[in-house]
Amino acid sequence: MDFGFVLNPSSTVDLGKVDTTLYDRLARRCPDVKTCMACGSCSATCSAAQYSGMSVRKVLLGLQRGNDVSAMLSNCMLCGKCTMVCPRGINTRNLILTLCRIHDGEGSK
Amino acid sequence: MKPAVAIIGGGIAGMEAARQLLLLGYTPIMIEKSDHLGGHVGEWHCLFPDMSPAADLVENLKNGIKGATVFLETGIAFINRIRDTYNVMLDNGISIPCQAVLFATGYELFDAAKKEEYGYGIYNHVVTNRDLELWFGGREDARFPAKPSTIGFVHCVGSRDIKAGNMQCSKVCCMTAIKQAIEMKEKFPKAEIYCFYMDLRLFGKKYEDFYIKAQRDHGIHFIRGRVSEVGENYDGTLQIKAEDTLNGKPLKLNLDLLVLMAGMVCGKDNAKLTAGLRMGLDTDGFLRSRDNIYGVTDSNRRGVFFAGACTGTKTIPETISEARAAVLGIHNYLMK
Repeated sequence: MDFGFVLNPSSTVDLGKVDTTLYDRLARRCPDVKTCMACGSCSATCSAAQYSGMSVRKVLLGLQRGNDVSAMLSNCMLCGKCTMVCPRGINTRNLILTLCRIHDGEGSK
Repeated sequence: MKPAVAIIGGGIAGMEAARQLLLLGYTPIMIEKSDHLGGHVGEWHCLFPDMSPAADLVENLKNGIKGATVFLETGIAFINRIRDTYNVMLDNGISIPCQAVLFATGYELFDAAKKEEYGYGIYNHVVTNRDLELWFGGREDARFPAKPSTIGFVHCVGSRDIKAGNMQCSKVCCMTAIKQAIEMKEKFPKAEIYCFYMDLRLFGKKYEDFYIKAQRDHGIHFIRGRVSEVGENYDGTLQIKAEDTLNGKPLKLNLDLLVLMAGMVCGKDNAKLTAGLRMGLDTDGFLRSRDNIYGVTDSNRRGVFFAGACTGTKTIPETISEARAAVLGIHNYLMK
């Protein structure tokens, strides 16, 4: 039956049901990710950001909100500029590297 | 002989304390390392929230301490305790015996040149909040363009920054940036003004009014993102990069003038000053209060007291209140 309209899936994040397994696993290996205050310095200085949409800040937030961040990760060139500007001293380069390793299955071992 | 109280520091905390001690009949002896009284406030032009001239406050305080002994351009060699009194040895060889010691040593303004990525001291049109106040006060400064059309303010420079060694929020800079942004807009009504912030912390009386005024009456733009780097264009203007975190995209902007909100950091001589008293410092490098709730103006040594920003970042009214609280503490101690 065609009523002439469709229902869009809800864009609400049901925070109680978000699967944060990946984030929790990352936080165990890189505990400093928990100190991010979302200032965006990493994304502002990222040499891949303006063409690829890469953003360390968005990766960290996405992992905690159930977004798929794997496409973003593949754009990181591991140059490490983000690590230099982080005011909380988070080793962001290592964070991305660790996340890639977890994605590749190494983290489950 | 009235009991003598050594006051270390001739800023607003030290002066208000000296004034109150004189009123109570004590003998304050003030030691100031620079060649004038007034400290950082003496360099400021107008004070929020009522835009009152800083010079008036300093002048009133100075008038209140006539009769107090003041040593200018004098440092402290060491302080030690001799039975129930203290001996403050000055670097000019004079020894001051006193019954109590008040630390009113304040803070230091973060050296913005240490955040090299912001280009202070490298690019011509990068200044600090302090430079701006001095310029408001009439100081000539070639770094200020005659007619800037775009001006940026960077919040949290050297504060909330583990790499700069300062975890603490400097507390007054959010409000100072908004105050200065409004003042610049009034000077240059056609200029576009941008504040780059991580969090806006407008906790004090009438601070939120300033924020609303900046948005509604002055059209000042607030961008939620920390500036990551500053570069210089061929024509001498600046280009800054930040992430506009609310839009989720990297952002760049050309500016004629960039103002860095350098934060309050702990005094670099704190450890040396307190060494002879073995008081220790708090984890943030500021002087350690006996209790950070109930005994902020007390030290953990009998007869040694604190007032103002030596124990942490403070506003001016907080500093004045603490100076009075510390004097009451000294009075109670000396009456025993």
